[in-house]
Amino acid sequence: MGTVNSEQGTETRLVRVVLPYHLRVLAGLSTEAGSEVALEVARPVTIERVLDALEAKHSVLGGTIREYGTGKRRAFLRFFACGEDWSHEAMDKELPEAVAGGAEPLLVVGAIAGG
Amino acid sequence: MSGVRVLVGTKKGAFVLESDGKRAAWEVKGPFFAGWEIYHVKGSPVNPDRIYASQSSGWSGQVMQRSDDGGKTWAVVGNKFAYDGVPGTHQWYDGTPHPWEFKRVWHLEPSLTDAETVFAGVEDAALFKSTDGGATWAELSGLRGHGVGTDTLAPQWQPGAGGMCLHTIILDPSNEERMYIAISAAGAFRTDDGGKNWKPINKGLVSDFMPNPTGEVGHCVHHVAMHPARPETLFMQKHWHVMRSDNAGDEWKKVSGNLPTDFGFVIDIHAHEPETIFVAPIKSDAEHFPLDGRLRVYRSKTGGNEWEELSKGLPEKDCYVNVLRDAMSVDRLDECGVYFGTTGGQVYASADGGESWNAIVHDLPAVLSVEVQTL
Repeated sequence: MGTVNSEQGTETRLVRVVLPYHLRVLAGLSTEAGSEVALEVARPVTIERVLDALEAKHSVLGGTIREYGTGKRRAFLRFFACGEDWSHEAMDKELPEAVAGGAEPLLVVGAIAGG
Repeated sequence: MSGVRVLVGTKKGAFVLESDGKRAAWEVKGPFFAGWEIYHVKGSPVNPDRIYASQSSGWSGQVMQRSDDGGKTWAVVGNKFAYDGVPGTHQWYDGTPHPWEFKRVWHLEPSLTDAETVFAGVEDAALFKSTDGGATWAELSGLRGHGVGTDTLAPQWQPGAGGMCLHTIILDPSNEERMYIAISAAGAFRTDDGGKNWKPINKGLVSDFMPNPTGEVGHCVHHVAMHPARPETLFMQKHWHVMRSDNAGDEWKKVSGNLPTDFGFVIDIHAHEPETIFVAPIKSDAEHFPLDGRLRVYRSKTGGNEWEELSKGLPEKDCYVNVLRDAMSVDRLDECGVYFGTTGGQVYASADGGESWNAIVHDLPAVLSVEVQTL
């Protein structure tokens, strides 16, 4: 699913992302369960680059998944790729090919907490 | 003036309640931002169609919203609140130094003269200002000791039970350089130069939980109110004690008088009578609900000390709600209306200065804030 961005001369991949309900509402995306957003992400595909692309496309999500300043993942959100918890992996670690290539989505999941 | 718009922030969204000047029939709009905590919603006194809202959640942090049509539609504006320079430390609950960390916006105070300018009081306590309608924010860092000649003793500030929040911002209509803020649990502060330099204004406050009960900072101020016609006079609901200052906060005296308990969170002032003030007494710091299960507002027409119970229309028994610090407001109609919200989801309104009350709504999520626009 790779595409070549001729202006940049770098290859981009089409990555699928599933966001928590409240962030889909905030960004004006479909609120159907499991709905996805598709993003073109420059190779190598990492969580950091996926979030960069997400925030570039939906600026209202800035600061909602990772904190401004530190860039840290918000404590009550977690990342899952191919059934694995990626929440504590380095943000610049390359994601599995299945996610980078769009076969599997990257899941951003809200903790089940609160009242 | 022909009507009122009540802006309600709750634990699960915002609501806009509208009525004509009779304040008998209400239209309820919302929830806006459903599922998010809405700490505060407030309109610009310059342009009542311009309304700012603070939206936050424990999952996704802070979002700021703005309406330019009186709350019908909303758009996300800037949510980047970066402390100026090195954030520094304040005291943690156990007395150890703890770095300043932004958590949320507690209070929004639109400018009295410019609809594009708005101030934000945040947790961990700091004051921010936007001059572009909320798109960008800059800290007025003099408050935290970054000003020339400022010594607000910020490293000694400590969070209250609800966090270290800057929850009150008061702009002086007679002097645009003067502003008051209050922080739990640091106290009240004043600037006379537009926010560059600040000083603590806590002389006369006594807080028994502090190592030094009369210390310059560390007081758990819950809310402060000022009548625009008397900008030198301030009324304060402290953790315990209702206080009054007649010299812009330089000195305070206790005016709890005959209140059955002087613990509480809200305090507000009649729109046309600067000596008429309202509080909602809460049993104690250990039991955050009304005395004896009876919800009552108390009114003083003498600027404190002499208080009368207002209970007509309010629950007479089995009521165990709280009234949080930003959850009382007044309108400016000829017969002043008074409004307050509860953690039980009721918003009560009085169209006769507190004599009688009706619930506009009964079953909202816990109410965090109530503001009124007189249209």
